[in-house]
Amino acid sequence: MDIYRIPVGGVIEAIIDFLVDHLAFATRAFAAVTSSGIDWIVSALMYPPPIVVMLVFTALAWFLSRSWKIGLFTILGLFLIWNMQLWGATMSTLALIVISTLIAVGIGIPLGILAALSETAYKIITPILDIMQTMPAFVYLIPAIPFFGLGAVGAIFSTVVFSVPPCIRLTCLGIKQVPKELVEAADAFGSSKSQKLFKVQLPIAKATIIAGINQTIMLALSMVVIAAMIGARGLGGEVWRAIQRLEMGRGFEAGIGIVIVAIILDRVMQQYGGKGQQTQQGE
Amino acid sequence: MEKIVVEDVYKVFGPSPEKGIEMMKQGVSKADILEKTKNTVGVAGVSFSVKEGEILVIMGLSGSGKSTLVRCLNRLINPTSGKIYVADTDVTALGPEELRQFRLKHLSMVFQNFALFPHRTVLDNVGYGLEIQNVEAAKRRERAMEAIIQVGLKGNEDSFPAQLSGGMQQRVGLARALALDSDIMLMDEAFSALDPLIRSDMQDELLQLQDKMQKTIVFISHDLDEALKIGDRIVLMKDGFIVQSGTAEEILTNPADEYVAKFVQDVDMAKVISAESVMLKPKEMAYYETDGPKSALRKMRHSHISGIFVRKDRKLLGYVSAEDASEAIKRGDHTLEKITQTDIETVRLDTPAVEIIPLLARSNYPIPVLDEAHRLKGVVIRGSLLAGLAERGTE
Repeated sequence: MDIYRIPVGGVIEAIIDFLVDHLAFATRAFAAVTSSGIDWIVSALMYPPPIVVMLVFTALAWFLSRSWKIGLFTILGLFLIWNMQLWGATMSTLALIVISTLIAVGIGIPLGILAALSETAYKIITPILDIMQTMPAFVYLIPAIPFFGLGAVGAIFSTVVFSVPPCIRLTCLGIKQVPKELVEAADAFGSSKSQKLFKVQLPIAKATIIAGINQTIMLALSMVVIAAMIGARGLGGEVWRAIQRLEMGRGFEAGIGIVIVAIILDRVMQQYGGKGQQTQQGE
Repeated sequence: MEKIVVEDVYKVFGPSPEKGIEMMKQGVSKADILEKTKNTVGVAGVSFSVKEGEILVIMGLSGSGKSTLVRCLNRLINPTSGKIYVADTDVTALGPEELRQFRLKHLSMVFQNFALFPHRTVLDNVGYGLEIQNVEAAKRRERAMEAIIQVGLKGNEDSFPAQLSGGMQQRVGLARALALDSDIMLMDEAFSALDPLIRSDMQDELLQLQDKMQKTIVFISHDLDEALKIGDRIVLMKDGFIVQSGTAEEILTNPADEYVAKFVQDVDMAKVISAESVMLKPKEMAYYETDGPKSALRKMRHSHISGIFVRKDRKLLGYVSAEDASEAIKRGDHTLEKITQTDIETVRLDTPAVEIIPLLARSNYPIPVLDEAHRLKGVVIRGSLLAGLAERGTE
């Protein structure tokens, strides 16, 4: 017996086809620009001798976290990556993460603010975020190809879609968590809406927002690996190749490289976010 | 002059506030309105006024609507209906931008849990209102420092709020309000989160500051002792209504209903009742210029008293006891000069009874009550004081 099959997939396909037909020229142009941007960042990172880049990253990690432990871990970790001959792959992964995080934060923070300040926006955005976060990450890869083609830009698109929700959610949460009395105080002293936002709400929500950015970075890192399936290079590409060739050792080496990058980024962000918190609590 | 006039203000929270007001006017109770219409009555038809330079305390238990009411004054909460005039401006009619300007100019606020900005130093917290007004940095710093010195926090201007004790934090809150130079200060349970001893200190300091500043202050409190101490007048609220308003003494000695009576029953009457309300009219006085010992003694006998107060130039000069007067007669004195004791204890009209008790205990004459011009207005004797306390304490 045949039951009428609701054409969910067909409809979505039709919508995407329609969008591709009418928007592809724009997205492809965007892809071209972004792609050359990525190439530029990667070649800038690859131009100086690795030891110089390592030292610069270490100095940066120390400067942001003010912790010698994190500095030490950074230099040792990067050295191990270089030693495993994953330097080039790591640099292209970093480039992908930096760009997709910048885009995700650029979209996420304004949307988070909007959701916090407008109840209507909140009601629209939250269910969309729920869907975005429960949808398997691989699914985002499919529409990325027709819009942006195989390679890094498609990877960035799917990475941004996958990693933007925590940034939106935690920005919104951070602002909503600002104690009511503080908001009242800002109002009572005659603040305009933007003065209230920039002088009171955002600074107080800062730690939570940074936690959101941190989560976005971590999700971006995991998605960048998956995005290797559509031709993104980097550490994910190494893992993907190792899977296809059953090179166990090589696969784990690339995996360790990803873990090291993740730990460095995570610790630096946590320290950076935590520092603001400490001055507030008067440690 | 009336600085704030509140006329028939209602605030009903919920889906159909207008309906809530209508039912309120028909006399339906708060609980029934909540059950039938899901509307919560915050403030129910409240009218009162605050005079310029006065401290008005709005008092009530939690849920009485006092915090909602004070927020209606600067429209942190918009009243559902009614009119509020602050400095002759109808606050309820102001648009958003006018309201913002109006708050900057007239209404500063001090909050229960201080509401200091945790990411700003004391100096930047105090200067916040000025920053909002785009006062230039140097001037802002100067005025903020002035306010910080006023509340005794000099040296802490670069600390963050979390580094300060509760009492110090609320001084910052106070300084932030003072720095703005607004003519009205709203204080929402400003001292309730502090330890009792610190609270009492802060109350004293507020009163001292107020002596200099003469701002109009609306002070919210749930603490009757606090209200009695700092309030020029008190408005007592219950379930969104005003149950009674008046001076501390009026409320204590003449509670409007059982609720107020119950509210005030634990108050130590001796702290509140003033000399004026327990004094007796002086029966007779001697005149320094015209009376001699003989006529003074005759006045005493006539009024059955054992001593008499002496008046000169319409002011109280001293006291003459019957004993001294007889001695003087024996010596043949013709004036009261030698027998008038001039170093006697006196009290003012508003001296609380509790301070008169020790004076009575150590002196052997009635305590004279004087007005500002040093004129004798009455005398307090042991019997009248005790009678006054007993009578009002047990009612």
